[in-house]
Amino acid sequence: MGRYVARRLLQMIPVFIGTTLLIFIMVNVLPGDPVRALWGDKPPDPAQVAQIRHDRGLDLPLWQQYLHYMGGLLQGDFGKTIAGNRPVLDEITQAFPVSMRLASMAWTFELIVGITLGVLAGIKRGRFVDNTVTLFTLLVISVPIFVVGLLCQLFFGNELGWITPTVQDSENMSQLLVPAIVLGMVGLAYVARLTRTSIAENRQADYMRTAVAKGLPRQRIITRHLLRNSLIPVVTYLGTDVGTLMGGAVITEGIFNVTGVGNLLFQALARREGAVIVGVVTVLVIVYLIASLIVDLLYAVLDPRIRYA
Amino acid sequence: MRGAKSAKWVAIAGVVALTATACGGGDSDSGNSGKVDPKGIVSYANGEPQNALQPSNTMEAYGSVVIDSLFTGLVHYDKQGNITYENAESVTPDKANKVWTVKLKPGWKFHNGEAVTAKSYVDAWNWAADPANGQQNSGWYRDIVGYDKVHPEKGKAKSKAMEGLKVVDDNTFTITLNSGIPYYAYKLVYAPFYPMPSAALKDPKKYGEAPVGNGPYKFKSWEHKKSVQVTAWSGYKGDNKPKNGGINFKAYTTPQAAYNDLRSDNVDTMPLIPDSELANFKQDFGDRAIEQDFSAINTVNPAFYSKTFKDMDVKVIQGLSMAIDRDTIAKTTFAGTRESATGWVAKGVKGYKAGACGEFCKFDPKKAKQFVKDGGGVPGNAITIQYNADQPHKGWVTAVCNSITKSTGVKCTGDPKTDFQADTEVRDKKQVKAMYRSGWVLDYPFNGNFLADLYGTGVDGNKGGFSDKKFDALTKKADAAKTIDESAKLYQEAEKQLVNTFPGIPLWYNKTLSASSKNVKGVEFDQAGDPVLTDIEVFEK
Repeated sequence: MGRYVARRLLQMIPVFIGTTLLIFIMVNVLPGDPVRALWGDKPPDPAQVAQIRHDRGLDLPLWQQYLHYMGGLLQGDFGKTIAGNRPVLDEITQAFPVSMRLASMAWTFELIVGITLGVLAGIKRGRFVDNTVTLFTLLVISVPIFVVGLLCQLFFGNELGWITPTVQDSENMSQLLVPAIVLGMVGLAYVARLTRTSIAENRQADYMRTAVAKGLPRQRIITRHLLRNSLIPVVTYLGTDVGTLMGGAVITEGIFNVTGVGNLLFQALARREGAVIVGVVTVLVIVYLIASLIVDLLYAVLDPRIRYA
Repeated sequence: MRGAKSAKWVAIAGVVALTATACGGGDSDSGNSGKVDPKGIVSYANGEPQNALQPSNTMEAYGSVVIDSLFTGLVHYDKQGNITYENAESVTPDKANKVWTVKLKPGWKFHNGEAVTAKSYVDAWNWAADPANGQQNSGWYRDIVGYDKVHPEKGKAKSKAMEGLKVVDDNTFTITLNSGIPYYAYKLVYAPFYPMPSAALKDPKKYGEAPVGNGPYKFKSWEHKKSVQVTAWSGYKGDNKPKNGGINFKAYTTPQAAYNDLRSDNVDTMPLIPDSELANFKQDFGDRAIEQDFSAINTVNPAFYSKTFKDMDVKVIQGLSMAIDRDTIAKTTFAGTRESATGWVAKGVKGYKAGACGEFCKFDPKKAKQFVKDGGGVPGNAITIQYNADQPHKGWVTAVCNSITKSTGVKCTGDPKTDFQADTEVRDKKQVKAMYRSGWVLDYPFNGNFLADLYGTGVDGNKGGFSDKKFDALTKKADAAKTIDESAKLYQEAEKQLVNTFPGIPLWYNKTLSASSKNVKGVEFDQAGDPVLTDIEVFEK
């Protein structure tokens, strides 16, 4: 087990270097000069442009820039933004807690409601509950997230006045509730469907018949035997979804004016802030890698047949 | 059974559609008493300022609106574009418009108690001109004698102070220019010409996060990406004393989010209605909708270095201009929120005179076709209009193109670039294929700003490679005039001259479109599109 974890952690290093290098090159290939863009459509000042380039190390050849960046990164220095000359680390430490809150709320929502619906539908397969859940999830999956988001905003915010149309304080949990539900909606549908299929399948398994034959209480059969064995595909999905919820919430964040990671990344791309883009992606990659490691370790917990040497 | 089911679904879909379109209804009483609370706080939909809050380093809108509330400069202008004196008692040029004497109103103070003197101005400008201090607006001092020594094209400053700035006494200083400019006082309106307290120059970093100014509002707090808050300052000496208790500049990431908050009175006003709401914002807000003149103009400019326009007869460009049905496009694409342009200078600036473009800016498809034909036609019988696709330009560019093709038979297509930066790069490198979308918002309310700074040979704003000796001579003559009025008149002559060369096809004048919440009254915007924050009044709750 320990050796397995160590090996997985070591594997992260090449993945980490590969992604940062790739992003770094891609940002530099984009058309448009971020330093020039500081002046908008007004003429830039050549002396200032040269000064800013030199100051942020943008006058060096690309490979040197990358080495510099990685060198700084190892010491916890994410570089400085081109506009405003602020430490990138400040931007990241400001955006990540917000996204973490939003993502964890959405994720918990997905987990609890999704699995509950899935179990209900799986057990009552073909019945009214199952059909309702299937229809509901189909609807959620097929309607784009911005439609759901805007409708919630207009309906609960502008029409009913239950919430403010946008989040006034991105650190306030109760204000993040509606955005979190919107964000978790699609994931919820997938979780419910995965759980349903898996449960429905395993219900026919031999060990289920044995458990019933032994006369175990129904509650115990479902939670201990059926659910536990059915959770593997769901856990895989939920694991990778952590990263998606953190970095992929651009649309939801935009609608509700949440200043999270998705927003930071979007703005940085529009302004060609290379250091911010690479920095945020780096942290997201780490989140992804760790989440998938935890998922793999959870397999062994859920299914005793799986062992890691 | 089957039929019944689908009927139910239609009903549900109908309900969803109703909720989506029911935006207009449901105005409820906000419950204010109609009385004004002089201590009430106005919230303004803004965004995160790009740079530290230093006057000489702020040029984008989010930072500028905050800086303008904290500082008061020497002069400003009124709705007609005439100079008004603020911190200055007088700003007077010598006969050649070369040496300008500035006299300050005595007794003004910064928020920290320091007196505002001639030195506060001179030191701040010298500090900001030094490239080592990295101030983005330093180019604004380039007319002053000795700027090139403090701010050379390359390398470090050779001198710490511009020779052209001299402190005479506590309340008087002089500005000597490289050459006479009759309208120089207008440039002094801009933020880089604000004063700064001496402590701010010693510790610019600290003061960039918590600026100290001499304006109507005093800085309170800046929570990054959330809000900047300022409060009314009781020690303010200017005439525009705040009628409210302060401003909360809220940071929004999209204008749509701000709009939805405005509709629910969660924010009191915003600088610009998003394009997606243009058609219905007047319905949403009724008499709280705001539509005001904004000194900005939209044009489509030929790239005179391109193959298409290199040796083109001006008659063809005149023809293309007449081929565009400006009024109809303004109605259909902009929901009537733009006004057809009749010249190259926008409204609300000194020297604006309607009709400089004459018949050439009026839609006349027959004449258009004739002119294009007489001028020898367009090479390849096709043109393109370049624009940036990250802003909603596609609609009107397509409409303009259709109008041109329909009237003249010249094939016209849009040439989108992914975003503004990519678009600028192509223009800077002079690689535009035929024509490009252009726009200009006033730097200062003087007609010369829309002429010499855009179409003079080799000036920075001239992206199309236009050059006409006759026009250059006229602008030079206008710059050498004795008074502002005379200069404005001479610039009008230069503008009239543009019909013979057509460096750009004028399309529309912009408007400032906004609205206010039920919590406030008296929201207005000036011709630069900036809100007059001090005049907003907040209702008692």
